[in-house]
Amino acid sequence: MLALELTAQGLIQGSIYALVALGLTLVYGLLRILHVAHASLFTLGGYVGVLVCNASGSLLLGFLCAALVAGFSGVMMFRLAYQPLLSQPPYVALIASIGLFIASEEAFRIIFGAQGMSFMAPPLQQQIVLGGGLQFKLAELLVMLSTAIIIAVLAWLQSRTRVGIACQATVSDPQMAESFGISLRHVRDINFFVGSVLAGFAGVWVALLNNLVEPTMGSVTSYKALAIIVLGGLGSVPGTLAAALLLGVIESFGTIYLGNVLDRNAIAFAFLIAVLMVRPQGLFAKR
Amino acid sequence: MNYEISLITTMAIAVMFALSLNLITGFCGQISLGHAAFQGVGAYAAAMLGQAGWSFLTTLPLAMLLAGFLGVIVGLTSLRVRADFLAITTMGVGFLFVGFVRQQDFFGGELGISSLPDHGLGRLGFMLLALLMCVLTAALSIYIQRSWMGRVFSGIAEDEDTMRVLGIDVPRYKLAAFAIGTSIAGLSGSFYAYHLNFIGPDSFGFVESITVLSMVVFGGIGSVPGVIIAAALLAVLPAWFQVIGDYKLLVYGGLLFLMMRFSPDGMAGLTKRFFKSNPMVRGKQA
Repeated sequence: MLALELTAQGLIQGSIYALVALGLTLVYGLLRILHVAHASLFTLGGYVGVLVCNASGSLLLGFLCAALVAGFSGVMMFRLAYQPLLSQPPYVALIASIGLFIASEEAFRIIFGAQGMSFMAPPLQQQIVLGGGLQFKLAELLVMLSTAIIIAVLAWLQSRTRVGIACQATVSDPQMAESFGISLRHVRDINFFVGSVLAGFAGVWVALLNNLVEPTMGSVTSYKALAIIVLGGLGSVPGTLAAALLLGVIESFGTIYLGNVLDRNAIAFAFLIAVLMVRPQGLFAKR
Repeated sequence: MNYEISLITTMAIAVMFALSLNLITGFCGQISLGHAAFQGVGAYAAAMLGQAGWSFLTTLPLAMLLAGFLGVIVGLTSLRVRADFLAITTMGVGFLFVGFVRQQDFFGGELGISSLPDHGLGRLGFMLLALLMCVLTAALSIYIQRSWMGRVFSGIAEDEDTMRVLGIDVPRYKLAAFAIGTSIAGLSGSFYAYHLNFIGPDSFGFVESITVLSMVVFGGIGSVPGVIIAAALLAVLPAWFQVIGDYKLLVYGGLLFLMMRFSPDGMAGLTKRFFKSNPMVRGKQA
């Protein structure tokens, strides 16, 4: 029984990880940049969601605004921060990204206050009892459901539409794709936009699950998402998905059985290091 | 006077720490996002041994040895994974250290270790010893940079595969860089513990790893004088300007980003370019 419950909790956490990590993977696959500042868009999404929802009373509007604001900020971030660094060695963009992330975390603290914000009337908190004695909050069920839907839609877009195929072509060979008339600039913008929308979306979900947004809510997610895309074999979308769910489940079991030796983050990274030593290319990499 | 002594000690510890990372990341090109963990190992070793009755001076070599030993183990991962993967792995090592120490009552858990025994050197003596170690570290860095080993390091940083083709034992040199760098980090950790008289898991977390990386990057990756100046400056800035003290991370993060965005080779690169574009010296260039 406990095992079932832990698995379910792990999958809920894993869905959030998946939403955040997918954006990172899109960016990594395209530009080979470890985009740490991605998690600041996740935090931004959480704040926008709570603010809009509190002001308008509509959660849907909150989601929409959060996704759009995060999406456009993501594109801005790419244009202003990463584009000029593409010709530099990869650690340059990584360090710049970490700097951007730390600064933005502090900016959230200064603008919105250190103690965080909550929904005035938290929506979707109804308890739902499933068979087998499992009990969930409505929000917890919806986060899994919406993650599944989003990923299905993304997979469909990627393989069945011209834009999606252009993106795939650019990932596998940018020069060749460009010579076939694909605009690299557009593809990069679209990737950043989609990835950032997912992050903003995940931010609102986390705000709903904890009924709290704080300036530091992105930090753990950010580093964990990096661990996930590395585990998934950098740049692989299905690998990332599997790694996110797996890590969620391992964490929820680990905190119960290893909790007095290592804390939650350490368990995640211990798993990461163990996997990398055995399979340096990641769990699900094709190469 | 006490204030100045304390400030100079803080600077000396920061410079030692930054130079130790510069050996690994700057000279040998192995990026580490978890370097604070090794300072932590040194600090905890010194604090625990001190509480067990060892004198400060005898704990120093042991703290270095322990940090260096763990450093070699972490260095082994750099033989397995490279570049981005190594960055994430070392970041993981940092989280592992903090997460482990936090859960062990033996290490004081969340509360950390406070009230260390007196080091018996006096404030001035402690400062002078820290400065001496700092100068020795700088001298060692410059010596290594000019030696055969330093040339191999920069070769590995530039192009690892070519060095292998040339018949260089790359793993050995990488491990050497990790061993030297992490043991010096351990040394700075022992000074840190005795200087602040308090250590906890959060004293050596990810933010500290990034802080020391920003010192190296800000000074110019691989440049010894650049790193010394940057580390000394960034270590005392928060103390000098209380305003910055409150916004310390905003300033660090912002500086790190702006430096990478506009001058990826740091202050050393800025000064070099300044002299290059200076009409007085341009003759040689053209």
